[in-house]
Amino acid sequence: MTQEIKNSPVLEVIDLHVSIEDKEILKGVNLTVNIGEVHAIMGPNGSGKSTLANVLAGRPEYTVTGGQVLYKGMDLLSMLPELRAREGIFLAFQYPVELPGVRTWQFLKASVDAIRQHRGEKVLSVREFDKLLDEKREIVEMDTDLVKRSVNEGFSGGEKKRNEIMQMALLDPTLALLDETDSGLDIDALRIVSEGVNKVRSDKNAFVLVTHYQRILNYITPDYVHVLVDGSIVRSGGRELALELEDKGYEWLRDQVAV
Amino acid sequence: MTQTLTKYQQYETDYKSFDDSIGSGQPEWLRSMRLSAWSRFQELGFPTARRGNEPWKYTNVGPIADASLALATKPAQVTLDQIKATAPWDDSWLNMVFVDGHYVSEYSGSASGNVTVTSLAQAIANGDELVEQHLGQAPQFEEADGFVSLNTAFVRDGAVLHIKQGVTADKPVHLLFVSSGADEATVSHPRVLLVCEANSKATLIESFVGLDENVYFTNAITEISMASGAELQHYRLMQESEKSFHVGSARVQQESDSVYRSKVFERKVGLGRFDLYTNMDGEGSSCDLKGLYYTSGSQHVDNYININHQKPHSTSRLYYKGILDGKSRAVFGGTVYVQPGAIKTDSRQEDKNLVLSPDAEVDSKPALFIYADDVVCGHGATAGNIDQDTVFYMRSRGLDLEAASRQLIYGFADEIIEAVEDDGLRQYLEKLFLESLPSYKFEF
Repeated sequence: MTQEIKNSPVLEVIDLHVSIEDKEILKGVNLTVNIGEVHAIMGPNGSGKSTLANVLAGRPEYTVTGGQVLYKGMDLLSMLPELRAREGIFLAFQYPVELPGVRTWQFLKASVDAIRQHRGEKVLSVREFDKLLDEKREIVEMDTDLVKRSVNEGFSGGEKKRNEIMQMALLDPTLALLDETDSGLDIDALRIVSEGVNKVRSDKNAFVLVTHYQRILNYITPDYVHVLVDGSIVRSGGRELALELEDKGYEWLRDQVAV
Repeated sequence: MTQTLTKYQQYETDYKSFDDSIGSGQPEWLRSMRLSAWSRFQELGFPTARRGNEPWKYTNVGPIADASLALATKPAQVTLDQIKATAPWDDSWLNMVFVDGHYVSEYSGSASGNVTVTSLAQAIANGDELVEQHLGQAPQFEEADGFVSLNTAFVRDGAVLHIKQGVTADKPVHLLFVSSGADEATVSHPRVLLVCEANSKATLIESFVGLDENVYFTNAITEISMASGAELQHYRLMQESEKSFHVGSARVQQESDSVYRSKVFERKVGLGRFDLYTNMDGEGSSCDLKGLYYTSGSQHVDNYININHQKPHSTSRLYYKGILDGKSRAVFGGTVYVQPGAIKTDSRQEDKNLVLSPDAEVDSKPALFIYADDVVCGHGATAGNIDQDTVFYMRSRGLDLEAASRQLIYGFADEIIEAVEDDGLRQYLEKLFLESLPSYKFEF
């Protein structure tokens, strides 16, 4: 068993190269995330920041052409997506998928069952699960009604994102990857989603928050900010880096890279 | 044996003895209707895909024509327990049981008054005027095929339902057609008449159920007449034997502001076809036709649907879903006509198929013919597998491929099943469909 103590690396990305359809997207990314930390990955459109989050969760259409990823010391890239999820990785999708006919309740029950079984915990009874789901639902102020409906079907953009955060709270991940969760959210939804993240955040888990805008960082304070441009991290720093970016724009760093 | 018999020899022999025995007791108008249907059948024979016969393009009924099928002259001995073990059944329904096309009164309930439910044989014997008024009067019978003629030629039994003006039937009427084919391969020709008077409301369940895995042929027709403001919920289940043939049709005449809702469930049959026609001949009428077919093995199931918008402000929704496995084949032909003057028609049709096996095949042909202006119409058909994004989403939540696939197939079917309003029927269908879905893994 891995001891999850603060300052031990939960994720180590080492010189990661990733392609999709022969186009190289990530060109040697290095990133270390310790338990208890929140890392923001910022960057312009097309810089590869969503790719990074998706590769870590195991999206199949990407090809890893070089490098290594260790998650809790394990070779992450050799693990099936469901195994990564069961081991505590959670990806909040930029575009959550609609599952017509698959009811949210049944889907989440199956998901929680699979994860608990993997961890050697007992499967929750319907009543226990309902109670848990109720708690998590309230975190993101989601309607009871939505849990009875098909997953994400007919949900508004904001409801879909809140559903992602609710699922995150429910599955209690060790490493949560948030892929542009803030995009397309109005200010109220952004607040709800951010508060959801802050409630889940603890010294037993870690977050990688992919975002284009600084805005969400007003609500979720990151420990580190990394700027990804054209497939590699060109600058890392603290919270203040995000503010500097807000001020100067990505062009400022792009120019520096060119030099 | 010498092959001197013509293809339809058995039908000829049966027709003669049928006409001599039962037919002679029927009223003259009926006898002459049957006689002309018989001549029509002799002209038409069974449909073929040749001669550009579009309605039968993808369904070869050769196996029905070639099968040796004797007219079922009496019901096989089956117990009610046997029936209940296989068929949907709820004591709160008004159940009418038919075995091999023959009404079995001891297993059936009856009703009179504002809602009358009688067997067709009884109604004919009673000289019920409703039968003479409505039998064979449903729309689009001129272009009828040989199967329709054959049913009319052998008209004898079935059901007559009458919902009086303004009446809401307090329980669903369940017409249960059970076939056994145990003694010999037989054919039955059940005929149903449903007359819904103005502003009435009713629920009709028609189940076609095979008790054993034998060869038999069900050739069924349902004629429905809906006066203005009438509402009908019509469920139809095909759960026949795997070796059976089933050719059914429903003809619906809709007057103004009538609401026809149909849900068709097709699970088991060897070669099955359901032909549904709604003639929307009244302003403000609407229909909502849903269907679910799940085919496996070497099954062949054909849904042939025509919706005819004749008057302004009518609405139609056609939504069928299919799951295909094994070497099975499904056909979906859905055609919407918007006739001149049928302005403000609002029509949508869609057929979605989940094809789980490379050896399964679906021919989906939605079509629209619009002869009026100012209408909103849309149609579409899809056939394929689940997309990779969907499965990745589920796997990223800890579900393995098999669990994800199962939830998706289950969900695909459940979208139609959950629309069933009757609790007893919905539970039966959930069990029937969802428990028989294949264990399967989507792979990419």
